[in-house]
Amino acid sequence: MADTRRPLSPHLQIYKWQVQMVSSILHRATGIALAVGTLVVVAGLLHLAAGQESFDHFKNVIGNPVGEILLVGWTWALFYHLCNGIRHLVQDTGAGYAIPQFVRSSWLSVVLSLVLTAAVWAYVLTAGGAA
Amino acid sequence: MTAKDLRNPLKVARGLGSSQSGVGHWWTQRVTAAALVVLLIWFVITVLGLLHADYATALATVAKPWNALLLIVLLVTMFWHAVLGLQVVIEDYVHTRWKEVLSLVLIKFLAVLGALASVLAVLRIALTH
Repeated sequence: MADTRRPLSPHLQIYKWQVQMVSSILHRATGIALAVGTLVVVAGLLHLAAGQESFDHFKNVIGNPVGEILLVGWTWALFYHLCNGIRHLVQDTGAGYAIPQFVRSSWLSVVLSLVLTAAVWAYVLTAGGAA
Repeated sequence: MTAKDLRNPLKVARGLGSSQSGVGHWWTQRVTAAALVVLLIWFVITVLGLLHADYATALATVAKPWNALLLIVLLVTMFWHAVLGLQVVIEDYVHTRWKEVLSLVLIKFLAVLGALASVLAVLRIALTH
């Protein structure tokens, strides 16, 4: 990289923050977080297959406060990546590129992901805590 | 490319960049994404249904033929989609060639390992319960 003299595009700090940019950055960030989260799914299934004691241990680990905070984070990451992913699939058909639509759908991804996360965890908490 | 290189420049260009696999990558990422929309909604609902289930119920749920099948499809699709996404992130941000190649190989190893380990776990549960 250092030896190229090609012009570089201006970096993040140059731009005024706007929701289209946030939704794009979040899509990538949540994607990375979810890739890490797949390991929790793997761990859960391995412990489930290994026997009751092993699975109880897994449930205790993910059920502690730090584990639950991470699970809330992963829930939101999943719903955000899901909502915004559907938005991108729609955009792949060529639809929704007019700036007002683009801004509106960005907000929709953000807000809907928060609503879904709140709904899931409201259900978990009213059902008497996770795990 | 040096003047001594006897190959036609087109021969070199064809082997580089996205000329071979770019469309395949793009398309596979979309197809796995569409599948994951359905699979993950099913997965979230299934997990929420198991909130207060005891161990035996959790096992029995995973062991049901349709659940085991969908779970395996989910795991393979999920890791596939994750590798395609992480690959683009690494290609965008890792500018030292050997680190880039090493990371690309590493995420593929980890994804195959994760997918196989979890699929084997599901099969173990499905075939013994």
